[in-house]
Amino acid sequence: MARMKFLCDADRCIECQACVTACKNEHEVPWGINRRRVVTINDGLPGERSVSMACMHCDDAPCAAVCPVKCFYTTDDGVVLHNKDTCIGCGYCSYACPFGAPQYPQTANFGTRGKMDKCTYCSGGPEPDMSHAEYVKYGANRLAEGKLPLCAEMCSTKALLAGDGDIIADIYRERVVTRGYGSGAWGWRTAYGDTVTV
Amino acid sequence: MTMFSKLLTAFGLVLALSFSAPMASAQINPTERSVTEDSLFEALGTAPVAGRTTIPDAQAGTLINDANKGWAALQGQTLHTLSIVAVVGMVAILALFYLMRGKIRIDSGFAGRTIQRFNSIERFAHWTLASTFIILALTGLNLIIGKSVILPLFGEAAFGTLSTWGKIAHNYLAWPFMVSLVLIVLLWIIHNVPNKVDLEWIKQGGGLLKKGVHPPARKFNAGQKLIFWSVVLGGAALSYTGIMLLFPGEAGTAADWQFYQTIHALVAAALSAIVIAHIYIGSVGMEGAFDAMGSGEVDENWAKEHHSLWVEEVKSTQERNTKQVATPAE
Repeated sequence: MARMKFLCDADRCIECQACVTACKNEHEVPWGINRRRVVTINDGLPGERSVSMACMHCDDAPCAAVCPVKCFYTTDDGVVLHNKDTCIGCGYCSYACPFGAPQYPQTANFGTRGKMDKCTYCSGGPEPDMSHAEYVKYGANRLAEGKLPLCAEMCSTKALLAGDGDIIADIYRERVVTRGYGSGAWGWRTAYGDTVTV
Repeated sequence: MTMFSKLLTAFGLVLALSFSAPMASAQINPTERSVTEDSLFEALGTAPVAGRTTIPDAQAGTLINDANKGWAALQGQTLHTLSIVAVVGMVAILALFYLMRGKIRIDSGFAGRTIQRFNSIERFAHWTLASTFIILALTGLNLIIGKSVILPLFGEAAFGTLSTWGKIAHNYLAWPFMVSLVLIVLLWIIHNVPNKVDLEWIKQGGGLLKKGVHPPARKFNAGQKLIFWSVVLGGAALSYTGIMLLFPGEAGTAADWQFYQTIHALVAAALSAIVIAHIYIGSVGMEGAFDAMGSGEVDENWAKEHHSLWVEEVKSTQERNTKQVATPAE
């Protein structure tokens, strides 16, 4: 069984924000919520790098550990999803997540958090695959259609890779060997306990 | 030097540079010398990896915050276990105490005459504080241990609905709790200043462990003072940290919020355990004790046994008042 992961090759990322836009459009993500974002490190300095970051779908996910209602579950593909019907919008997962993935719509006065929203690895939620109910709550289910996440699929420089963790690690390793350098598989050590070694 | 030779030198210089420049870049690749994740982790230690993002939310600039996993383990495991130990442990201790000591009776039996212990304002403040605390404690405890205690019983959908209402109740009932806490402080702080009588009370174990032992006490004995200060100080800590949790923007960074949440959970677990003991001794644990907060009128013999000095004070005041009424001013 494939274990799905994201890998952003920061040496290729040109900070075009297309992944961010594609994600928002594909899932009709509401205003104020970004399931994916691009962070530029050492901006304007020599050797700056940009990393596209979303939910990393961690092994032993910290969000699931703190959730008071246990609304998280991991699919057979290793994707961490959650049930919005159970979510109470407490915000704990956002403080547990090392990647700032959980997002909340503001639903009432005083900035009350609504139900959490995050990257689903384009694989919906607990509702039946590709149903209307699933689309409204979680967005498109591309994985059920046999497609990979759109952010990675349309990346113009192929910086953002999505797919089986072993395969994309091999692709990245080959790139690093060929060009002679690599800034690392950002977030892998934190999410999976081990980074890609070359 | 002629104009021609000047031009020739300049041309030669440009030529020399154009040859040497590509050679230099072949030796050092500027794109190669970039920031790497490994070196950043090494340099930053536990501090988060952060950069610039185009999203208006400044917090989105934090790329990786490894320290969050530490709080996740603390919240998901340590606080979960501690809360269960505090509550179940206290119930077990009280059950054991009940088996050994039984219900604490009024040694000299009911006198049949009552004496007012708490007036309506005091009882109103107490029961507002008590009822809000119980709901806050149950809904708060639900957030920590509900997933392993209530979820298996109710199922995910019902538990989610229950927890949503629990969260709303917790957020809004916090305010009457804080108001009644202030009222309690104003009403009772004067009676709860520790003094020498308390030392004697503590020395005799409050008469809790032995039948027929009744150390003297004024309106509040040392045990009750302990409850008072636990509730006041614990309640103040819960109120402050709770407000920070309600308004995360005021709390500061994620690490600050996590600190407040940890303190909130620890104090809540401890105070819940203390209040369970308080509820026990005020209801099934002691004969005649509930009347103090129920009707406000306690039996005279109960009062003499548990608050001897206070009874004397009340009696002498009454006597003085009656005398004043009996002998009108001339």
